[in-house]
Amino acid sequence: MTNVQKNRLKDQLFKFWGIGCTLIGLVLLIIFIGGILIDGLSRIDWAFITDLPSRKAEKSGIWTPLMGSVWILVLTAIISFPISVAAGVYLEEYAKKNRLSALLEINISNLAGVPSIIYGLLGLEVFVRIMSLGASVLAGALTLSLLILPIIIVATREAIKAVPSSIRDASYALGASKWQTIWNQVLPASSGGILTGVILALSRAVGETAPLIVVGALAYVPFAPSGPLDQFSVLPIQIFNWISRPQQGFIDNAAAAIIILLLITFVMNGIAVYFRNKWQKKLQ
Amino acid sequence: MNVIMTENTENLNTEDKIAEKYKLQTKDVNVFYGDFQAIKEVSMNIKPNSITAFIGPSGCGKSTFLRLFNRMNDYIEDFKMEGKIKIDDTNIYKNKIQLEQLRKQVGMVFQKPNPFPKSIFENVAYGLKIQGIKDKKLIAARVEKALVQADLWNEVKDNLNKSALTLSGGQQQRLCIARTLAVEPSILLMDEPTSALDPISTAKIEELIHQLKKEYTIIIVTHNMQQAARISDYTAFFYMGELIEFDKTKKIFTNPDKKRTENYITGRFG
Ligand SMILES: Nc1ncnc2c1ncn2[C@@H]1O[C@H](COP(=O)(O)OP(=O)(O)OP(=O)(O)O)[C@@H](O)[C@H]1O
Ligand SMILES: [Mg+2]
Repeated sequence: MTNVQKNRLKDQLFKFWGIGCTLIGLVLLIIFIGGILIDGLSRIDWAFITDLPSRKAEKSGIWTPLMGSVWILVLTAIISFPISVAAGVYLEEYAKKNRLSALLEINISNLAGVPSIIYGLLGLEVFVRIMSLGASVLAGALTLSLLILPIIIVATREAIKAVPSSIRDASYALGASKWQTIWNQVLPASSGGILTGVILALSRAVGETAPLIVVGALAYVPFAPSGPLDQFSVLPIQIFNWISRPQQGFIDNAAAAIIILLLITFVMNGIAVYFRNKWQKKLQ
Repeated sequence: MNVIMTENTENLNTEDKIAEKYKLQTKDVNVFYGDFQAIKEVSMNIKPNSITAFIGPSGCGKSTFLRLFNRMNDYIEDFKMEGKIKIDDTNIYKNKIQLEQLRKQVGMVFQKPNPFPKSIFENVAYGLKIQGIKDKKLIAARVEKALVQADLWNEVKDNLNKSALTLSGGQQQRLCIARTLAVEPSILLMDEPTSALDPISTAKIEELIHQLKKEYTIIIVTHNMQQAARISDYTAFFYMGELIEFDKTKKIFTNPDKKRTENYITGRFG
């Protein structure tokens, strides 16, 4: 065999190896989603969404954990968005490049890698106990906000960095102040990237279970929360609760709830992708 | 020292007299980027309503020197400047000078067209809005006037709300000029404004610069010798951060004092 032939063979082998690996992931995903669809799809109807949880599987619905997730999502967005965007703007535009800002930066990147249960413990201590918010939606949302702050801060900084310096120069050269330049040019030009980061971070937050369990979210609540200080459950916890029961009816319920949860995250990711594409086109 | 004055060689000491005569005065200006000295002892006086061309090989400091007049170098981390620069009668490197005020007076057009990713109208109105002008009629009038001045009005008047990014390169550059004019500065700085454009757009902008001379003092950086010869009244030749020669354009291009200038203009180096 000549060298060329050898190389070509290696090339082919690597190609098939790559295809194989991709297929493993894809097949597993299809089996997983297929299984869930078979178990759960027939269970989904309007009543499943609007019914309260019950001891009987076929009477159970996901209204309370669904509303809990919605509450968590909205509150987390309201809390984390302004704080993390402001922090990102500060770090990118105002912070002097010195030891302190370097330290801050390393810390923020590290925070993004801290296991989520640690945030739960922090939330339990600070929000539930010290601020005595109890096991409320607000305490949960604050905890998840902490969890996704670093993600949004990093996304904000990346988006700001992607704004061409020529836009900044043009704004300054017309007599704009730093704040006017940031507010009128830099932020609008980076909004697509920031929004993408926010939505992706939030879609991670809806899937989180561990920190909320630590904070004290319940596996069963009789009512949907009606205020930020109410007790709550969320979809992942409800799913976990159902799936650990022996009866097939509850397993089907869990599958159906998983479909709803997946749907929510897919839609959120879809929106994020849409914004990112639109934004990238605009910047070019 | 390379101080070549135009016509008279009055000293900056007789400032009262000169204040009326010169729009821009620089005296013994040095610029450093860290340890690197980009501008060396440059003194130069520029008359109002004149067009001055900065020429010289790449990296000789033309852009650096140009950006001194609206203090755009201030954003560069290790930039340092020594010497005096006066516009009319004000030292623009005094501490209490407001950059926003200065830049209202000294407009700048960049090498690459850099419209904001906003509508044509918003691009031109931006400089007014950040000044706090709210009167919609006034803004619309000033936008129209600026677009007319920049010879772009007829091409865009029906599409003012279209994104500026849909314009051609030449149109974008004229939009950038219009945006600068809308603020009504008295000095226009242009850093190779036509280097990214085709010959027809270039001719249009040169014509435009010629028209604008009536109301503005213009400095233009260019690598194009013909362009400098065509449009400027005065030409400054820079080399390695020094101002080698500064005189009437006619003189520089027909009978320069310095051998280096002649070599550069005739294309023997640079
Ligand atoms: N931000 C900066 N930091 C450090 N050095 C710089 C910076 N900007 C420019 N310089 C240096 O200063 C010198 C002059 O640069 P400048 O951009 O003024 O040249 P120029 O005459 O405009 O060149 P060109 O014709 O290529 O635009 C160059 O040697 C350049 O490397
Ligand atoms: Mg330059």
